[in-house]
Amino acid sequence: MVGPLNTHGSQQTTAEPLVRIEDLAVRFGRQYVLRSIDLDVARGQTVAIVGESGCGKTVLLKTIIGLLRPVRGTVYFDGRDVARLSDRELTRERLRFGFLFQQAALFDSMTVAQNVAFPLRQHSSRPEHEIRQIVLARLSEVGLPAGVLGKKPAELSGGMRKRVGLARALATGPELMLYDEPTTGLDPIMADVINELILSTRKRHPVTSVVVTHDMRTTLKVADRVVMLYPLPRLRPGEPQVIYDGPPGGLQQAADHRVRQFVEGEAGERLMEMRQANGG
Amino acid sequence: MAKAIVSIADWIADLGEVAIDWVSGLGNISVFIFRTFYWLTTHLPKRETILPSFYQIGVMSLPVVALTGTFIGMVLAVQSYAQFRMLGLETRLGAVINMSLVRELGPVLAATMLAGRVGSAMAAELGTMRVTEQIDALASMGANPIHYLVVPRFLGCLVLIPTLTIMADFMGVVGGAYYSVYILNIDWYHYIANSRQYVSMFDLFSGVFKSLWFGAAIALIGCHKGFHCDPGAEGVGRAATAAFVQSFVIILILDLLLGITLDSVYTMLYPKAPSLI
Repeated sequence: MVGPLNTHGSQQTTAEPLVRIEDLAVRFGRQYVLRSIDLDVARGQTVAIVGESGCGKTVLLKTIIGLLRPVRGTVYFDGRDVARLSDRELTRERLRFGFLFQQAALFDSMTVAQNVAFPLRQHSSRPEHEIRQIVLARLSEVGLPAGVLGKKPAELSGGMRKRVGLARALATGPELMLYDEPTTGLDPIMADVINELILSTRKRHPVTSVVVTHDMRTTLKVADRVVMLYPLPRLRPGEPQVIYDGPPGGLQQAADHRVRQFVEGEAGERLMEMRQANGG
Repeated sequence: MAKAIVSIADWIADLGEVAIDWVSGLGNISVFIFRTFYWLTTHLPKRETILPSFYQIGVMSLPVVALTGTFIGMVLAVQSYAQFRMLGLETRLGAVINMSLVRELGPVLAATMLAGRVGSAMAAELGTMRVTEQIDALASMGANPIHYLVVPRFLGCLVLIPTLTIMADFMGVVGGAYYSVYILNIDWYHYIANSRQYVSMFDLFSGVFKSLWFGAAIALIGCHKGFHCDPGAEGVGRAATAAFVQSFVIILILDLLLGITLDSVYTMLYPKAPSLI
């Protein structure tokens, strides 16, 4: 399966997808979170994975990078099965990924400069002045002044932390950027700043992106293609977990009412369920 | 009848679940230990990660371990004096205090103190890193979390807990001698002479040897609990508590097993050991 054509003018897609997911299933204990997921992400494409909380979006993202292991199915990154890589191979392959975590996941004990320099120091013997130049360049790309270099993450606002996280994820020039809820917890203006940064990152670097979000503004602004997941406990047996896979423009006209319900932000039958649960 | 069968089936299912949890937990910590040793033997960590760990484990624990050692020595003197005086063997106090101190109480109480100070702190720190996705962030940037976080802490405990035990032993010897000689007025010459006669290098070695195992157990349990911490503040708190409790239990079990082993080795090496009386 090859995704729809890129509408934002980024790198042209090729036949071989960068990420291929086949019949993926992930579970925690006895509870399945993902089941029978098939998904290809073409090179240069920006795919938004959307869906309500608990549908397994973040789990999918972490399985792509090998932080979680599937119980069934395969994730191929550039043709290699991620689960079959040894610790050392996986460590090397991960340099080709950039991951922006939901709460930025900056190291508390390090300064901003040390955080952004971390992936550079970890795997290269670049001289310190070169590392400093890269750190400054990445921070300037995300609109942060050199004055924040010596600050600790605790001294920064949520938006600044996210931007430092983005600068750190971009430090090694990744081929695949994974964004986990990049705008969650931010005010609308800062959320739009992050959306613009995702777009400008793609213009500046030839990067493939997977954005996990439930923010429809982000989805419509940055994505070439939208994949909507539905929580497994709410599905009937045999129903597919992916309830939409197509361009962002098609979300409003989707035949499945669950897709339109999510896009419109309507509680629908959930209100009834809540009332029933409360005995009302 | 059917109800009874269902309840028996439920009981068997619950028992099976407990057994599976136990076996998978054991497998989990075995894999964790194996991976720690793999990274320890193939890639030594960088100095920037080792030094802060060594500082936290060694330097920051020094005052509390010294205090523990001093008080153990003095308490031993207080407790043994009355009984030894009844037998007219006050001068043998040095032998009893120092032997119990270097063989048993120094290593075990220092390790218990360190399980609380170091093991719980490790579990809480790594648990917080797990909950805030910092461990995932490390992995996503091509740094192996076991190599980066566990190996330096394991090395720190392995090297410094025996060193801190020697410190506790020394302070205990000083504390015991001070109390016996200056407060209980035992003759200094006989106190020292008896200590030298009965406390051998093997006693000192056995204490330090045991502390090597205690150090490894404290580090592995603390780091494992932190790595597999449940989400939220409650999860971190539980990990820190579990790290201490499990370390303490393992220290006691190891103490017994190593005590039996070392005793057999001692009897083999020194078949005619001097009697205390």
